[in-house]
Amino acid sequence: MQDVNNIVNGKDLFRKPEYKAVLENKKQFEGGMGAINPAKTEEIAEWTKGWDYREKNLAREAITINPAKACQPLGAVMVALGFENTMPYVHGSHGCVAYFRSYFTRHFKEPTPCVSDSMTEDAAVFGGLTNMKDGLKNCAALYKPEMIAVSTTCMAEVIGDDLYAFAIAAKEEDAGEFLAADFPITYAHTPSFTGSHITGYDNMMHGIMSQLTEGNKKEEKNGKINIIPGFETYIGSMRSVKAIVESFGAEYTMLGDHSDQWDMPAGDYSMFAGGTPIADAKDCINADATITLQKYSTVKTMKMVNKKWKHAGGFSNPIGLKGTDEFVMKLAELTGKDVPQKLKTERGRLVDAMQDSYPYMHGKKFAIWGDPDFLIGMVSFLLEMGAEPTHVLCNNPARGWEDEMRALLDTSPAAAAADCHVWAGKDLWHMRSLLFTEPVDFMIGNSYGKELMRDTDVPLIYIGFPIFDRHHLHRYSISGYDGALNLLTWITNKVLDQLDEDTKGIASTDYFFDLIR
Amino acid sequence: MGPESLEAKQKAAIEEVLKAYPEKAAKNRAKHLGVGGPEDESQKTCGNVRSNKKTVPGVMSQRGCAYAGSKGVVWGPVKDMVHISHGPVGCGQYSRAGRRNYYIGTTGVDTFVTMNFTSDYQEKDIVFGGDKKLDKCLHEIDELFPLNNGITVQSECPIGLIGDDINATSKMYAKKTGQTIVPVNCEGFRGVSQSLGHHLANDTIRDYVFDGNPTILGEPIEVTEYDVAIIGDYNIGGDAWSSRILLEEMGLRVVAQWSGDATIKEMVQTTKAKLNLLHCYRSMNYISRHMEKEYGIPWIEYNFFGPTQTVKSLRKIAAFFDESIQAKCEEVIAKYQPMVDAVQAKFRPRLEGKQVMLFVGGLRPRHVIGAYEDLGMEVIGTGYEFAHDDDYKRTKDEIFRSTVIYDDVNEYELEAFVKKLQPDLVASGIKEKYVFQKMGLPYRQMHSWDYSGPYHGYDGFAIFAADMDLAINSPVWGHSKAPWDKEGEA
Repeated sequence: MQDVNNIVNGKDLFRKPEYKAVLENKKQFEGGMGAINPAKTEEIAEWTKGWDYREKNLAREAITINPAKACQPLGAVMVALGFENTMPYVHGSHGCVAYFRSYFTRHFKEPTPCVSDSMTEDAAVFGGLTNMKDGLKNCAALYKPEMIAVSTTCMAEVIGDDLYAFAIAAKEEDAGEFLAADFPITYAHTPSFTGSHITGYDNMMHGIMSQLTEGNKKEEKNGKINIIPGFETYIGSMRSVKAIVESFGAEYTMLGDHSDQWDMPAGDYSMFAGGTPIADAKDCINADATITLQKYSTVKTMKMVNKKWKHAGGFSNPIGLKGTDEFVMKLAELTGKDVPQKLKTERGRLVDAMQDSYPYMHGKKFAIWGDPDFLIGMVSFLLEMGAEPTHVLCNNPARGWEDEMRALLDTSPAAAAADCHVWAGKDLWHMRSLLFTEPVDFMIGNSYGKELMRDTDVPLIYIGFPIFDRHHLHRYSISGYDGALNLLTWITNKVLDQLDEDTKGIASTDYFFDLIR
Repeated sequence: MGPESLEAKQKAAIEEVLKAYPEKAAKNRAKHLGVGGPEDESQKTCGNVRSNKKTVPGVMSQRGCAYAGSKGVVWGPVKDMVHISHGPVGCGQYSRAGRRNYYIGTTGVDTFVTMNFTSDYQEKDIVFGGDKKLDKCLHEIDELFPLNNGITVQSECPIGLIGDDINATSKMYAKKTGQTIVPVNCEGFRGVSQSLGHHLANDTIRDYVFDGNPTILGEPIEVTEYDVAIIGDYNIGGDAWSSRILLEEMGLRVVAQWSGDATIKEMVQTTKAKLNLLHCYRSMNYISRHMEKEYGIPWIEYNFFGPTQTVKSLRKIAAFFDESIQAKCEEVIAKYQPMVDAVQAKFRPRLEGKQVMLFVGGLRPRHVIGAYEDLGMEVIGTGYEFAHDDDYKRTKDEIFRSTVIYDDVNEYELEAFVKKLQPDLVASGIKEKYVFQKMGLPYRQMHSWDYSGPYHGYDGFAIFAADMDLAINSPVWGHSKAPWDKEGEA
């Protein structure tokens, strides 16, 4: 029974003897193997750790278990929230939107506005035109956005609704009451059964950039650089990138800047915060250059920018030292300016820190998973520190990623020799087998690594998306020289934490429990 | 504030909210908003609100879908079965381990609740159909997870639209292997909310657990006169465990928990129970009614939130049994009373008179009211995501004062109500949490117990009280105003 002077929640409550008895007593009614024959459960648990199981596991063709990816509209919602006063609108059933909002909110600990037009059975039969007409009107009336960015769920995609035609029809019927003729309704088809959340990011970004700029192409360039962050879940990274661009004194437009939306100060709540001004987005076609920071999240978008718009710029991934160097050099080239002293100093500090800490990361084996561009940047940084990325797993690889990752690993003699593996299209249940059969020292990944940590005892360093069970990490940067310093700090200190953990045995191993490291 | 002025303020708030809508939407929403009271005249509902209707398009509804109702609520917590999110990758990913359905087991070996199994549909599966893929999924699961005691197939939207026949595929596989395979046609577009998913899932329990004769491990248990089953407790934060202990202490034998920490064997043997105890009426009344009709098992609803309701419920349950149980029930009540008194003595002075607005699903919009009132707090607004008339009817019995009743409230409305009525605490879900916290309002998630709990039973009430105190009396809310802010500014 609870003691009023020391009320405990479930963590400790269920360890009290009376609850231990309850749980033990329950087993007589249960039909799980753990209750019937615990030895059998143990036997099978052991079997799942071996090579035989690994081979069967890797041979899977149909079932995905514990994936490390999400679906397209999630990425589309992120894009929409990067534009000023823009409401993400998902054409389809509202269950999906409840999921997107929960997912982002659990990660950022911030509100995530997004509406749906709540399609049900009748819409599945007759199409969702009525939902779209009512939905756009209601959305505009209630939330007064400056733009509505429409994406689709798989339901709408399967029945083949035409967003372009629907948006026109909705405006016609509204006749300017809530949706003015020039009110921007941008859209993208984002079928969940193709690609992943980064594909949805690409499709929505392409939709907004192409549709908003229609008819806006001018003879003269506007002297700006467009920066597309990609499916960026580190708010601090976006700020680091902006600071680098600003240090060159360059005029720029960050296309899809959701950094303020998911980092609102306490005080008055307003639904939207920050974001790329719509006017700037309309003019982005006239920029001198466009740089995407995530190549694999912007394939379609950059095809348009490079081939149709013929912008200079291209791709640059500012994670790690080399990645940031390349980004800085690119900006120097595009602006025709020297690298500012501020960045030179920042770089010097980072390199200094890397040289202070290298013994702890050097030679350590890592398993890591996440989105394709994140992995390229992170693996690059691990190699810069002399670490060995033993298992690099990407559940949503885009075309070309596997080869690029292999080539990157091969640049490091240490890593190539250390037998580093690239696992394209594999999931986290595969990862479990890999960790048991070819163990590593640390894992880098999102909250889904938590069960792997429990099962395999490999310490997890929380870097990625989503992170539900650690706070505020998304506020930090992992890009730029300052971001690399954060990575270095997190990883090194986890290595040191683990070293303490491994040596703290009193009168047995604590000779190595050093005060100074 | 007197009762009249509260009611007047509530009515004014509703009128004001409706003004923002276009005509058609305003007309619709007007039917879902009302002011209810203990003496409310509405016959079938509360505050005369209409419910279980289609959501107005284009608003930020908090509702989920049929898949969420079946996979997320009813089936997902059954721990020794594998639940496939059948279709594209998203649904299973977003709903993975989000509800805190606690269980004991070796995850990935003999239990699977927090994992995500998905057939991860690709374009070719949509175009050519995915029945063969499903068959292969079932094979692979059985090979890699030999201790699973059955597999459910939880349909996502495309399945019903592209004409896949999951029922035939499941049946064929089950016939071939002797496995229990449960296909559920809970596509997200079916119905207006998660509610239909509960119903569909209940129907498949009837068809595949009761009528399907699944293989179960171990000996069947011997029946006693005191066998009861807990129905509709998803063991969020361990709620069913802190309920179970009370039932066992009063001499009953809890032979099954539905479906938090459940095994399929428990569900099978429920048909031999003497009484079904139904906590979440909305999501499991269907199967309770079926068991009453088919197996003659009576069911009663109970409420283990807060001591007042817990005492009432314990006595109501004991009344179904003989005097020995009734005597033990009184012993249990007497045993916990000093702890309850101490909890109330400690927290009531810190919470007395604080006003609360709720918006949740299932049973909580009415069931938790008593727990707040036990702490001297006043619930002034409540509503359900996916209720039906019978839920609102039941709500009338649990409210103490004039209360705004909002059905399928959306973000716009809830924000407007809160601004107008200025409660001291808002208690709802994750999606709204930070909206209100940004405004400096204390907030508790009432789906997940905000990563705390359990809240059921006497031990749960102590945690509930401590958590509400934590939220309302934390020093952090006082920091919003900076020292340089002028009077009246936040």
